[in-house]
Amino acid sequence: MSDEAQPVRARGLVKRYDEVLAVDHIDLNVHVGDVYGFLGPNGAGKTTTLRMALGLIVPTEGVVELFGRDPMRHGARALEGVAGFVEAPRFYPYLTARKNLELLAALDGDGACTRIDEVLAVVELSARAKHKVGGYSHGMRQRLGIAAALLRRPRLLILDEPATGLDPAGMRDMRELISRLAEQGITVLLSSHQLPEVQDLCDRVAIVDRGRVVYEGALTDLRRQGGAGYRLRTTDDQRALAIVRAQAGVEHAGSGEHGVVFQAQEHDVGELSLALAAAGIGILALTPELATLEDLFFRLTEGGGLHDGAGGAPSAGASVAGAIAAAGRDGTATPAAHALELG
Amino acid sequence: MSSAAVGASAAAASRGHTRRPSTLTIYRWELRKLVSQKRTYLGLGLIVILPLFFVVFQNVHQRHDRGAENIFAAQITQSGLATPVLMLLFLSVFMLPLVAALVSGDVVANEDGNGTLKTILTRSVNRGQVFAAKAITAMTYAAVAVFLSAAVATVAGIASWGFQSVRSFSGTVVSAPEALALVFAANAIYLIPLFAVVSFGVLLSAVTRNSAAAVVGTIGLVILLYIVSGIPGLEGARPYLLTQQFQNWQGLLRTPTDWAPITHSAWVCALYALPALFAGYLVFLRRDVAGG
Repeated sequence: MSDEAQPVRARGLVKRYDEVLAVDHIDLNVHVGDVYGFLGPNGAGKTTTLRMALGLIVPTEGVVELFGRDPMRHGARALEGVAGFVEAPRFYPYLTARKNLELLAALDGDGACTRIDEVLAVVELSARAKHKVGGYSHGMRQRLGIAAALLRRPRLLILDEPATGLDPAGMRDMRELISRLAEQGITVLLSSHQLPEVQDLCDRVAIVDRGRVVYEGALTDLRRQGGAGYRLRTTDDQRALAIVRAQAGVEHAGSGEHGVVFQAQEHDVGELSLALAAAGIGILALTPELATLEDLFFRLTEGGGLHDGAGGAPSAGASVAGAIAAAGRDGTATPAAHALELG
Repeated sequence: MSSAAVGASAAAASRGHTRRPSTLTIYRWELRKLVSQKRTYLGLGLIVILPLFFVVFQNVHQRHDRGAENIFAAQITQSGLATPVLMLLFLSVFMLPLVAALVSGDVVANEDGNGTLKTILTRSVNRGQVFAAKAITAMTYAAVAVFLSAAVATVAGIASWGFQSVRSFSGTVVSAPEALALVFAANAIYLIPLFAVVSFGVLLSAVTRNSAAAVVGTIGLVILLYIVSGIPGLEGARPYLLTQQFQNWQGLLRTPTDWAPITHSAWVCALYALPALFAGYLVFLRRDVAGG
């Protein structure tokens, strides 16, 4: 088995529960070194997919391989070099944290028991190692889950909502820890509802909706495909808007809170700036902005599509792309001020 | 979280094949888990208290039941070794199957409900190993319950009425040391049908994923078989009912030893236990672990 095999490769993965199609022909490609975000609304099939990847549930159709091995065919061998947890990590509440890790290390073999002190230190639980897990807070259990994963010296770390239920400091610490693990060369498959976290950490993403992958690829590509938006402030925004709308190659032009917003290719923006100058309009600011992951997520999972923009739910402090999305609907960009909340 | 150790812990990604743990290792940890849980001691406490209560009751009432139908009941105050035999007669009917069901019905379902099954199944162990370790653990618990009960009854009986010879079911006098060996051998023979009960409990535990349902289902099976054995017209089925095997250890306490009921018990119980274990294994191997 080649070490160069993809950490995760899923093809046509389907999971059906009677009449409910939880996962509908999902393909995934996680490459070595990726910090791969796995996104989707509740019930989109993320956790079911991760459970299939870890061999916990049997796919109805399709195959998922970890480093070239199918958990359904290779059993525990498929999980060599793989660690993580789905949903909340679970431990034996009547055992101490150390005893829990000793148990898991015994089930790992390969000298994992020699790493217990080390991983407890990593997650800062050394002082509470002799306390029963039944008395642990949610955040401490999450950290113990990471410690249990690190025992296996993973090449692939699968984490399902690792920051859920953590306080802001805990979330920051978790983000930093994942970032450091990724820097060490560990491939990370991260399922999360924390879109800013994913945007900060991940280089590639898959977005699933109603059991199907609606996007898979580099995060930068997604944001680029979502449309390079521009925000323009001039000495006369009213006239500038008319010129922008008349300019070839410019789309979704509208007036935003602080000037004119529009979507265009870079060379068309150059032409536009010349046209504005020729009309005697001074450019105070012309700022390119990529769509945020939040905007794109909503467009993909709630709206009509990535390029459409319609139906998108602009977030707090909405980006140019969000304003453009609104402009695409009614010609007037009105970024919403409500806070983003993913259920 | 500290950063210093992260690299050291995580950087060395394993390239070779992991040396996987043996089923014995998993079994040892299953025993540790069992020992760490308070409810493990509920059943054991019950089967320790009953022999003690029996001996105290007999001492207080000073009964000399020489006219008793059972030969060991008639000898109760003549030899302490009659006590473990009487206790096995009494406990083997329902109490020991109940205690065995408490753990065998819980051994898989409890982990499923708590979500820890997914924790252990994402380590370097195969499902078959986990199932085998759990089944053997449940059987170990049943064996411990049986021998603990026998030991307590023997010690309490000897302390009260001495280490004397006893008469076997055939009326032959058996020396005290030989009787002691036979008492423990009889308990070992009783494990054959009890392991069949355990196997059924483990099957229900894997299938139902619900501890209460599995425990009640196992006990329900025992009660059902007792009912079936009492139905007129079904006398022909009785030798093949699991509950009928609960008393076949008595063949060991006859002179000469009557092996026929013991060998009969062995193959009848195998017909109950092996399909149950195999079905449980298959279910456990292919089932979805979605709990927790």
